[in-house]
Parts: sequence; C-alpha cells; structure tokens
Amino acid sequence: MIEALFIYLATVCVICAVLTVSLRQPVYNVLALLTMFFHVAGLYVLLNAEFLAVVQIIVYAGAILVLYLFVLMLLNVRTQSRHLHRQWPFAVLILGSVTAMLVGALQDGTWGVASGEYTAAAIQEIGNTQAIGLRLYTDYLLPFEVASLVLLVAMIGAIVLTKKGLIDDHIKE
Amino acid sequence: MIPLSSYVILSAVLFFIGVVGVLMRRSIIVVLLSIELMLNAVNINFVAFSHYLESITGQVFVFFTLTVAAAEVAVGLALLIAIYRNRQTVNVEELDMMKW
Repeated sequence: MIEALFIYLATVCVICAVLTVSLRQPVYNVLALLTMFFHVAGLYVLLNAEFLAVVQIIVYAGAILVLYLFVLMLLNVRTQSRHLHRQWPFAVLILGSVTAMLVGALQDGTWGVASGEYTAAAIQEIGNTQAIGLRLYTDYLLPFEVASLVLLVAMIGAIVLTKKGLIDDHIKE
Repeated sequence: MIPLSSYVILSAVLFFIGVVGVLMRRSIIVVLLSIELMLNAVNINFVAFSHYLESITGQVFVFFTLTVAAAEVAVGLALLIAIYRNRQTVNVEELDMMKW
C-alpha cells in the first residue's frame, strides 16, 4: 500500500517536474509546479512530517506560486517561438549522463546509523509540530532569528527594486 | 518499507531536472521556477534522512530552506519586474550587458 502510494507520488513528481521545465506557456509551467508541490507534500506525509506537509502547501503553493502568478499577469509576457536556450543539447547530454551515474551510485548506499532519538513512535507521542518547535526554539534559536533577518532584508530589497524612480533615476544619470 | 535510496534517487532526478531547466530555458520566469524545483528536491532529501536517521534536525532545516526560498522568490521576482521595466524582455539570451 505505502509502496504503491510512493510510486504514484514519485511518478507524478517527476512528470510534473519535466512539464515545469518543458512547457511553453509560463502559466502552465507554474501550474505544473503547483501539482508537483502538492505531491511533494504527500511524500512528506509518507515520511511522518505532517507539519512540513502543511507548511509546504501553505507557503509554497499558497504564497510563492501565487506570487509567480501575480507577476506573470502583471508582466503579460508573450510566448516566444523559440523557447529553449541555444545551449540546451549540451545541458541535456551532460546532465543526463551525470544523473545516470549518480542514480547508479546511490542505488546501494549505507547512509549512516539511525540515532534512535526521534523514532516514528517517539514523534507520534509528543506530536510532530511540538518536536520541531522544541528543537527550533532551543538548539536552533539563533538561526531562527537570522532567518527572520533574511526575510526582512528580502522584503526591503523587493520594495527598493520595484519602486519606480528609486533606481531608474540613477541609471539614467 | 521503502528504502532510503529511492527517496535519494527521486531527489537527485528532480534536482537535475531543475538544473536542466535553468540551463536550457530562455525565460527568466521558468529559470526561477526551476530553482524552486531544485530547492524542493533538497527538501525531500532532508525529510527522508530525518525520517530514516530518526533525527528531527532535518525537518528544522527544511524550515530554513523554506525561508530562504521565500526570500529568493521575493527578490528574484522584484529583479524580474525591474529588468522587464527597463529592457522589455525576460529572455536570458538578450540580457548580456555584463558579458565581456
């Protein structure tokens, strides 16, 4: 049952990823990526990460992709007859061989020893959200604060970059 | 029980689809979408390792990746709007002002 679910989710993820990079209309690209994000959230549920599955849907599907759609509608970009970069055969050739090599190498790996600290049962007992929160607000408090600073810088940066007359005037001078 | 390697392979495949997208598309929008795709591939790896090595730290790091992804999208789309306003194009082949 879980295997079948994993195969379904993985297949849809790969198909949607291919569609995301290959479709011509930008809106279809965004919608393909949206479908992929939902299926990645399904993978998180399979891996007992319910909190991240919900965050994935809220932040990625709800905020980030909506931002993309807004910008697409603001810009009104016309589709071009030639949508691929001229170096695309090299990109596919080199990365295809690298991927094949990597998949072969990853097939039978030993990945370290399970620590046994947060087993599925242990997480279930205190709850996934509580377990993450406990770690986040004790061991990772400083990175958490730095992350909020990153968001602040990004917010100011986005406003400065898109505000009319703030940068344009300097370019013209 | 699904082996950890299937998650890692899925993540590698998704990551390289993203890299191909960055290298072979001409529209900046799709390049940014491909970067999102790669960040998601990394997140799958984090969560899979977190589950199989029974440590919650991987899930905490996915949280930070999400933050960086949100910041990247905000700045990236702001740059896209600024470029489109000045040059009326989103084609990476035409944006070669800094090429020597």
